[in-house]
Amino acid sequence: MSWLKPVSGINSEERVGFKSPIVMGVLALVVLYFFGIAGRSGQTVFELTRKQDLIQLPVFEIASAQLGVITGVIMLLVAVVSLLLSLRNSKTPIWLVSIYGLLGVTALLGWLAADNTVPVVFIAGTALVLAVPIMLGAMAGVMSERSGITNIAIEGQLLTGAFMAAVVSSITDNFALGIFAAMFTAALMSMVLAVFAIKFLAQQIIVGVVLNVLVIGITNFLYQQWLTEDGENVNFPGTLDIIKIPFLSDIPVLGPVLFENRITVFAALLIVPVLWFVLFKTKLGLRARAVGEHPLAADTVGINVSRTRFWWVTIGGAIAGLGGAALTVGNAGAFGREMSGGFGFIALAVVILGRWHPISAALAALLFGFSIILRVWANQVSPGIPTDFITMVPYIVTIIAVVGFVGQSRPPKSLAIPYVKG
Amino acid sequence: MSSPEARFNQAIKEILAGGLTRTVLSVILGFLVGAMFMIGSNKEFLEGLTYFFSRPQDSLGAAWTVVSDGYGALFRGSIFNAEAEDLIKAFRPLTETLRLGAPLIAAGLGIGLAFRVGLFNIGGTGQLIFGMIFSTWVATRIELPIVLHMIVALIAGILGACLLGALVGFLKARTGAHEVILTIMLNYIAIYFFSFLMRDPALLQEERASGNPKADPAAVTAQFPKLFGDEYSLHWGLVFSIAAVIVYWWLMERSTIGYRLRMVGFNPDAAKTAGINVNRTYVLAMALSAAFVGVAGANQALGTAIGVTPSSHAGIGFDAITVALLGGSSAPGILLAGLLFGAFKAGAPAMQVIGVSPEVLGIVQGAIVLFIAAPPLIRAIFGLPKPQTTNALGAIRDRFFGKGGAK
Repeated sequence: MSWLKPVSGINSEERVGFKSPIVMGVLALVVLYFFGIAGRSGQTVFELTRKQDLIQLPVFEIASAQLGVITGVIMLLVAVVSLLLSLRNSKTPIWLVSIYGLLGVTALLGWLAADNTVPVVFIAGTALVLAVPIMLGAMAGVMSERSGITNIAIEGQLLTGAFMAAVVSSITDNFALGIFAAMFTAALMSMVLAVFAIKFLAQQIIVGVVLNVLVIGITNFLYQQWLTEDGENVNFPGTLDIIKIPFLSDIPVLGPVLFENRITVFAALLIVPVLWFVLFKTKLGLRARAVGEHPLAADTVGINVSRTRFWWVTIGGAIAGLGGAALTVGNAGAFGREMSGGFGFIALAVVILGRWHPISAALAALLFGFSIILRVWANQVSPGIPTDFITMVPYIVTIIAVVGFVGQSRPPKSLAIPYVKG
Repeated sequence: MSSPEARFNQAIKEILAGGLTRTVLSVILGFLVGAMFMIGSNKEFLEGLTYFFSRPQDSLGAAWTVVSDGYGALFRGSIFNAEAEDLIKAFRPLTETLRLGAPLIAAGLGIGLAFRVGLFNIGGTGQLIFGMIFSTWVATRIELPIVLHMIVALIAGILGACLLGALVGFLKARTGAHEVILTIMLNYIAIYFFSFLMRDPALLQEERASGNPKADPAAVTAQFPKLFGDEYSLHWGLVFSIAAVIVYWWLMERSTIGYRLRMVGFNPDAAKTAGINVNRTYVLAMALSAAFVGVAGANQALGTAIGVTPSSHAGIGFDAITVALLGGSSAPGILLAGLLFGAFKAGAPAMQVIGVSPEVLGIVQGAIVLFIAAPPLIRAIFGLPKPQTTNALGAIRDRFFGKGGAK
C-alpha cells in the first residue's frame, strides 16, 4: 500500500540549510564595504513628506557613507539572527527578510543620492504603481499554477488587457466598461490556454508562448492599422482619477503611497490578500491546491479536476487583464506598441520568487517595480553610475532563488502535467 | 494480408494523419486568419458592409482586393519582383528572404535541438546576444588576417552563446531549476549586460558614438563577404546556416550523441535506466542548442557593415521558437520554416508601401504555430483521421524504392 504513505516533503522533517544566512551575510558585507567604508562622500537628504502633505515631517539628513555603515551593520546583525534560527532548524521569517531588504534599499538610495535628496514618497509611490501590472499578472500566475497549469501567456494577457482598456474606454468614454472589457477579453484568452491544455492536452509552455506571439501580432497590427490612424477617437482614454481616501491618506509617508492612488492600485492591494485568503483558508482554495498537487487524489474524492483548472486559469486571466488595464488607463493614458514590455515574464519570475504564495509574490513584484523606478531616478541623481547593473539585480535575485540558494522553491507537484481521467 | 485497395486506403489515411498534412493545413489556415484581419480592418470593406445585402459585390470586391494586394506585395517583396527594371533587381527580394531567413534557420535549429531533448530553450535572445558580444569583440578588438579573422569571430560567437547555454544546463542539472525561468531571466540579464558593454568605450562602445549604446562596426576582415557581389546584400551567413542544417541533421539522425539526446527527450527515466547520464545530457543539450543560436548571433554581428546596437538581436531568439515549432524540430522542416518567416521579414516593407500593415504577418505567424501546437484542433477542423500506428505507407515506399519489398 505504497500510496498510503505520507507524501514526502509535507510531513517529513526538512532540514533548514544555511543558505539564507550565507547570502544575507555576504550581501550585508557588500553593503557595509561598498556603500559604507568605501562609500561616497556627501550628505544624503531623505524627504519623507511632500510639500502638499497635511502633516510635515522634518527632512532626515545623514552622511552617505555613515548611512552605509549603519545599515550594513544592522543587516549583518539580521544575518546573525538568521544564522541562529538556522542553527535551531527554523526558517528565517518573511518579515525579517523584508526588513533586511528594506535596509539594503535604504543603503542603496543613500549611496546613489550622495549630495542629493531622496524623494521617498515619490519613489515608493511610483514603485507601487509600476508594480501593479506585475503584481496582478503574478496573481494570475499563482492561480493557474496552483491549480496545475503553467501560464507563460501572462504577457499576452497583460497586453490584451492594456489594449482593450484603452480602446473600449476611449470609444465608450467609460472607464468601467473599458476595465470590464480588459478583464473579459483576457479571461477569454486564458480560456484558450485552458482548453488547449485541458482538452487538447497540448504542451502548456508551447501554447503559452504561441498565445503571446499571437497577441503581440494582433495588437501590433491593430495598433498600426487602426490606433495610429484614428488615435484621437480610439486610443485617447486618459487616466483614471486619483482617489484620496480621507484621513488614511494624511498618514505621513504611508498615506500618500498607499491611500492616494488610482482604483487599479487599490484593486491590486485588495486582490492580493483576498486571493491569499481564498487559496489558504477556504474550501475552494484547498480544492484548487489539491488539483495542482495531486489531481488523482482530488478526482477520487469527487473534485472535478478539469473544471477546477479551467475556472482558476480563466479567473486568473481576468485579473491579469485588470493588470493590463493598470498599464494604460491606470498609468500611461494610452496604448503603445508592445507596451507590456516583458512585464508578463517578470510576473512569471515573481510567482517563483514568491514561492507560489500571493503575498510573497506581491512583495517580489514590488522589488521589480522598485528596480524600474530606481533605474530612471538613478540616471538623474548620479549619471555616471552604470544603471544597467541595478536593473539586472531582480533578475539575478530570481535566478538565485530558482536554483534554490534561498531556500527551496518547490512548484505545485502536478504543474504542467495534463490530467487524463483513467 | 489485406487487399491492395485496403492497403492503399490505409496509406492515404496515414498521409492525412501525418505531420506534413497538418503542417500544410496549419500554414494555409494561418494565412486565412491573416486575411480575415486584413479584410476586417479595411475601410472600403466596412463601408460596403452597411449595404451588404443590396450590393454584396462592393464588400466582397474590397475584401478580395485587400487580400490579393497584401499577399501580392508579400510575394513581390520576398520572392520575385516582376515590376523591377531588370532581372537583377527582380531577384533581389529572394536574396533578401535568404539573408533574413539564415539567422532564423540557425537559431531555429538550436531551439529545435532543445525540443528534441524535451527542453524549452526560451533563452534564444540571451544566447544570441552573448554570441554577438563575443563575435563583436573579436571582430573589433583583435586584428587578424582576412578569412581567419572571420572564422575566429564566428567561432567566438558560437562559444559565447554556448557558455550561456551550458550555464543553464548546468544549473538545471545541478539544482533542478526549470530551464524556462532560467533562460527568460538570462535573456534580460544579457540584454542589460550588452547595453552596459556598449556604453563603455573601453569595452565595446564605438569611439564616436555619444552616449547611445552602439558598438564599433566589425572590421572588414571579419565581416561575412557578400555571396553574389555588391548587387545583393546576401552574405556568407546563409552558407553557415545551411552548414548548420547539415550538421544538425547528421548530429540528430546519425550520431550516437544525437541518439542519446533523443532518447532522453523521449523518456528520461528509461534513458537513465539504460545507463545514460541524464543530467550530463541536459548540459550537453543546452550547450549544443545555444551553439546553433550562436551561429545566428555571429550572423547578426558580422553580417553587417554597421555596428551592432542593443536591438540588433531583432527578436530572432524568440522567432526561432516559432520556427522550430513549425519545422517540427527536424532539419529540413526548420530550413523551410526559417525561409517562410524570413520571407515574412523580407516582404514587410513592400506591404507597408501599399498601405497594408505588415504587422499582419505577426498574426499569420502566431496563428500558424497555434494550430501546429494543438494537433487535435486541426484534426477536428478538417475531420482528419487520428494518428495511425500502421505502416502501410512505409511498405509501399519500400516496394517502390526496392528495400526488400513489403512482406
